[in-house]
Amino acid sequence: MIFSFDLLFEAVLFGVLLGCFYAAVSIGLSVSFGLLDVPHVAHPALMVLGSYCTWLVASWGLDPILAGIILMPAFFALGVLIYRFYYETFEKRGTEAGVRGLAFFFGVAFIVEVGLILVFGVDQRTVAAPYIGSSWAIGEYRLPYRMLVAFGIALVLTAALTLYLSRTFTGRAIKAVAQDEPALRLMGANPVRIKQWAFGIATGVSALAGAMLIIVGPVEPALDRLYIGRTFCVVVLAGLGSMTGTLAAGLILGISESIVLMMLGASWAPAVAFGLLLIVLGIRPQGLFGR
Amino acid sequence: MKYWIGAALVVIAAFAAALSGMNEYFFYAAYIVLTFVVLSTAWNILGGYAGYVNFGTGAFFGLGSYSAVVLFKALEAPLFVQILAGAAIGAALGFGVGIMTLRLRGIFFAIATVAILFIMETFMVNWRYVGGATGLQLLRPEVMAPFDSYTRMLFVVMALLAVVAVSIARYIQVSWIGRGLRAIRDSEEAAECSGVPTLKLKLFACVVSGALMGAAGAPMPMYLSFIEPASSFSLNWGVSALAMPMIGGTGHWIGPVIGALLLGSIQQIVTVTISNEINVLVVGVLLVLFVVLAPDGIVGLFRKWTRRSSR
Repeated sequence: MIFSFDLLFEAVLFGVLLGCFYAAVSIGLSVSFGLLDVPHVAHPALMVLGSYCTWLVASWGLDPILAGIILMPAFFALGVLIYRFYYETFEKRGTEAGVRGLAFFFGVAFIVEVGLILVFGVDQRTVAAPYIGSSWAIGEYRLPYRMLVAFGIALVLTAALTLYLSRTFTGRAIKAVAQDEPALRLMGANPVRIKQWAFGIATGVSALAGAMLIIVGPVEPALDRLYIGRTFCVVVLAGLGSMTGTLAAGLILGISESIVLMMLGASWAPAVAFGLLLIVLGIRPQGLFGR
Repeated sequence: MKYWIGAALVVIAAFAAALSGMNEYFFYAAYIVLTFVVLSTAWNILGGYAGYVNFGTGAFFGLGSYSAVVLFKALEAPLFVQILAGAAIGAALGFGVGIMTLRLRGIFFAIATVAILFIMETFMVNWRYVGGATGLQLLRPEVMAPFDSYTRMLFVVMALLAVVAVSIARYIQVSWIGRGLRAIRDSEEAAECSGVPTLKLKLFACVVSGALMGAAGAPMPMYLSFIEPASSFSLNWGVSALAMPMIGGTGHWIGPVIGALLLGSIQQIVTVTISNEINVLVVGVLLVLFVVLAPDGIVGLFRKWTRRSSR
């Protein structure tokens, strides 16, 4: 394959769009794992669940983005329930919660995945919308509209969460609970309720992330396995709990994946996220913008 | 002593069953159950004793399968050599994973093992010699003398491997190595300060665990007469190898064996009578139920029950 700057530029351009999309699907995990220290391996599985729910709602004739937004309150409630359960059974008891908490979320991920297979089958699902399938031509470059839509939502979502965490009272409390839980308790706040709220937000956001997932490409139940690598890569690379870091890390992953896609082909692409994740874990586990 | 008599009886029983006129399907199913006994026992050495959760059992298992296939394709190596090679490669990967434990714990370690799994799979998908993504059909060699069929022979081989694995796990549990690993699980800093050679023990546990998983994977291509990356490196091996010790009980060597025999048999029945998807669901649901309701597994429940009845 002949190297050319034209192709490289196209790959980088596509990588930026892809990267913002990766940042957006990871931002929920950045809250639940990055800020709350919950070993939430089931995050990608819940996201794929979000995609299927979006598919269901969109099949009534709604726009997939709108469907994702409609689903957010339901997912918020689901998140609150999951955290409540996790807290009562593991965090409260304390001892050896590490191994069992991980096993719990791993089990939940599999239950969600198989549940989706049983209800919807293993076939790939897609949604229809005016912006899916066509692309915007700037000169000789072509940018698919579906990627631009995901790019837009990603930016809005990241900005909204960053503002929420730094400007509002509850948002600051969420950051405080990540920094020093006993201190928050001494201030008279209830850390469990704050964490519950934050986990709800993280899960609610993954409904919208699931909508983006099915806009960007076809979805199948086992897709969550691939996204374990991508989401954790972004969150760890970002430094746990950093929202702007999540965007930067998403861009790094998106651009490297897009370049590998261009140079080596699609069969190598899954290894990029996992390889990058291993390198970050080996060299700088606290990430780029670690706290 | 009692243990060794029991182990010898198991091996003799496996031999006798393989030479008897039992239904061929029994061996076909029992082979898989025994594979799970080896995998869950191996997982428990690192995960149960030392508290390092490995999601990447499939990486070791698949690498064992692929080393066997490469040796078979290149040199027509006999099954015994294939298993040794699988164990050696598994041990080497285990050593690498052991080095990782220097910096990574808890969920970071677990996620790193998932990363290794997917990187291995990607390499095999792109390696033409072993068939790439579509896989490779293999022609089994002639079966050796006392056995009627290849599946029967593999069944005995896997039974032997299971006994070896359980014996190693039992030795580790009762020796000072097991005490050291348990100290690491409870508090790594405290263990290091009390003079436990934590790195050496963790490396040992990773190497042994990896070698056993690699050895368990090596006969798989011969069993299926086929190999392909997606099922060899599946995350499903990981969830089963983790669920079985959790259900049986992680503290004692018998725990993974009970879990594997129980869950493995249920899986075989469900796969035949209902469907393959349901059996992953059964594993997931049982895992979550046990982790929440009976954290010490069946062994823990049994202990609680005997304590109550003796009172």
